[in-house]
Amino acid sequence: MSITTPFRSELSPGRDGFRQLLHAEWTKFRTVRGWIIGLVIGLVVMAGLGLFTAGSVSSSCQASGGGPVRSGAACGLGFALGPAGDPVSDSFYFVRQPLTGNGTITVRLTSMTGLLPPATPPANQPSNGPLDTRPGVEPWAKAGIIIKSSLTDGSPYAAMMVAADHGVRMQWNYTGDTSGLPGAVGPQNPRWLRLTRSGDVITGYDSADGTHWTEVGAVTLSGLPRVVQVGLFAASPVDLQSQYCSGYCNGPGGPTQATGVFDHVSAPGGAWTGGYVGAGYASGVGSYHPAGGGFSVTGSGDIAPIPPGHGGEADSAITVSEYLLGTFAGLIALGVVAALFITAEYRRSLIRVTFAASPRRGRVLAAKAVVVAAVSFVVGAVAAAFAVLAGTAITHARGYYSAPVSGATELKVIIGTGLFAAVAAAGALAVGAITRRGAAAVAIVIVALAVPVFLAISRAVPAGAGDWLLRVTPAAGISLQQAYPRYQQVASTVYTPLNGYYPLSWWAGLLVLCAWTAAMLGVAAYLLRRRDA
Amino acid sequence: MTEAVVSPGRPRRPARDAGGAWAGLPDALHAEWTKLRTLASTWWLLLAAAALTVTVGAAVAATYQCSGGPAACAPAVTDADPAKISLTGVYLGQVIVALLAVLAVGGEYGTGMIRVTLAATPRRLTMLAAKMAVVTGWTLAASAAAVAGSLLAGWLILPGRGLSAANGYVVPSLANGADLRAFAGSVLYLVLIALLALGVTTAVRDSAVAIGLVLGLLYLFPIVSAVIPSHTWSRHLEQIAPMTAGLYIEATVGVAALPLTPWQGLGVLALWAAGALLLGAAVLRLRDA
Repeated sequence: MSITTPFRSELSPGRDGFRQLLHAEWTKFRTVRGWIIGLVIGLVVMAGLGLFTAGSVSSSCQASGGGPVRSGAACGLGFALGPAGDPVSDSFYFVRQPLTGNGTITVRLTSMTGLLPPATPPANQPSNGPLDTRPGVEPWAKAGIIIKSSLTDGSPYAAMMVAADHGVRMQWNYTGDTSGLPGAVGPQNPRWLRLTRSGDVITGYDSADGTHWTEVGAVTLSGLPRVVQVGLFAASPVDLQSQYCSGYCNGPGGPTQATGVFDHVSAPGGAWTGGYVGAGYASGVGSYHPAGGGFSVTGSGDIAPIPPGHGGEADSAITVSEYLLGTFAGLIALGVVAALFITAEYRRSLIRVTFAASPRRGRVLAAKAVVVAAVSFVVGAVAAAFAVLAGTAITHARGYYSAPVSGATELKVIIGTGLFAAVAAAGALAVGAITRRGAAAVAIVIVALAVPVFLAISRAVPAGAGDWLLRVTPAAGISLQQAYPRYQQVASTVYTPLNGYYPLSWWAGLLVLCAWTAAMLGVAAYLLRRRDA
Repeated sequence: MTEAVVSPGRPRRPARDAGGAWAGLPDALHAEWTKLRTLASTWWLLLAAAALTVTVGAAVAATYQCSGGPAACAPAVTDADPAKISLTGVYLGQVIVALLAVLAVGGEYGTGMIRVTLAATPRRLTMLAAKMAVVTGWTLAASAAAVAGSLLAGWLILPGRGLSAANGYVVPSLANGADLRAFAGSVLYLVLIALLALGVTTAVRDSAVAIGLVLGLLYLFPIVSAVIPSHTWSRHLEQIAPMTAGLYIEATVGVAALPLTPWQGLGVLALWAAGALLLGAAVLRLRDA
């Protein structure tokens, strides 16, 4: 009795044939004219809307005393630019003296008090009358010492300060922020602060008793002139608290002020001068008087970055999220194509041929997912690159201001948009494999991706609910497009999804999106195996 | 051989063409009604549209919270619009309504049934009119249920969440003129969404592409108009956006500040729907099925 060897394919086992499968799926994809047209439409709309943003910007303004109506770039920015070219607030009350060369300033801060706007909206507030105020300190009100290269708005600085609810901080060049001793300041709990200049390096120290000093940080302010301004300052940002309402409320708010009491002032010497830096953005409340061998300094305003966004102080700055406003147009087009990539096979019964040629159904799904994700990545990244780079160029060419981002951030946003598109499209394919019906799949994909974003940015649901939608739905992937950081030292109403600030970090958002797509692919693979084609 | 007339079960109707272009309409209506009625998916979609609208509206009403007393919760502080909050579910319910309308036409193109339909009703516009009538009827019923449920949910929930008469709000009720316009208008809004979807699907003949276009049209306009930095463009986009303008009909607070009056807004959506239907009718007449 002879034993014949059963037929064995010459292909290696395991991953055999996956390349052929990929090739087959890619051929199917690229030879359907409607899908290629869909991709091109998605790409053009997504990139084109970014250019539309840049091209549609217009503004006009008129000086408060009358005069000609100016438009566009002639209006000026309305905010200062920091050393990195980004929007900053630079307004505070500054009691100063010049410092030539190297030197040190040391003070003791013994108390910090302030005034806040009324807790509830004034019932019969006379217009233009003095605002009711109540005692209280804004959580990020600041008092301390500062070394500033000049009195120009937005010039480089380094400062040691006590922030009302955030302890001792060293801050520099608007965005830099390090914490020192925790706890609130008071007569029983004074804080000693010291700044030392040595060349371009400024070192900050804090101490609870004036003898034991701790270094908080050392920063290099390159290009610091030989003569700098050194002194005491107080600032208190606008109150945005809306304490009683969640959701749609516009709570009370308004300008605040803070007073710091300093003693044991030790500075190089010279006459003290008091005055505002950047008074244009402050309420104008400010003063200093000698008090018990030191100073009491009162001021309003803030020394901090301005997060760009609608309705904020840097409203006129065009942002990266605005260039990317076509993302969902592109995603809808990609979602339709990805869903059709499998539902069309069911409709035309091509799926039976596909499964006859490649009986391992999970691998067919994997090959389709790879093809559709790769294509979507390219479309998303190319469209985002075009929208951001060309949009910025057009904005600059027209004389408007685009809130700057680093090259690394641009790359992150572009690659991130590609990843968002790729993972979302793979998910759309999986939903198509589950429903087997194009219309149902497309409706589900749009409800999962675009509707949460619409609800969150249009304030159709309360802000808290909108944030949750952007945490738990596949729309969380939009976190990959956040281009500007959220500064903890700046309270702002612009930290909203509308302005491109999302509740999750980019990697968490990507993870949520990937989890949804993985779950959908898992269900799809299971159902493909269980159901007849 | 004498003429053998096989008599059908029912007495024969007069020749179809005798009564002018729309003579076949009653039969076409009956046919479309039967087709849509006997699909299981129709019933599920109608139920889902109503349930989703009411559930989302009730959930959003229940998450609303204002607890600072009459001063902090005054209408001037919160800007809250009780009728609009109750009707939040329309944002999602419209997806199902659109899907129903898309499938009523697109399903026939997907299976090839459209050829049978057109063989039975060769006057294509008659067939389209019959589909419009049947889809309108179904949508009207589902929307009325959805909106009535939303009204009830708002009426029950909102006063307990700080939007009470004591704080100066109008609790949603049909006795109030603006509320009546908001709620009745929302039913019309959903019907117009269905007609828009019907027109788009007739024009593109593919369910998946049609629902993508319709939902893209609805949701992209508000995303773009919210994000775009130019206030002028933002306002223009809001005025022509089918969803944003159409839903001005829901506003009962700050109506004067809207870029269009509520009825003008609904008119914009009606124009979109009419445009889509005209395009669909033209494609239906001119192209082979």
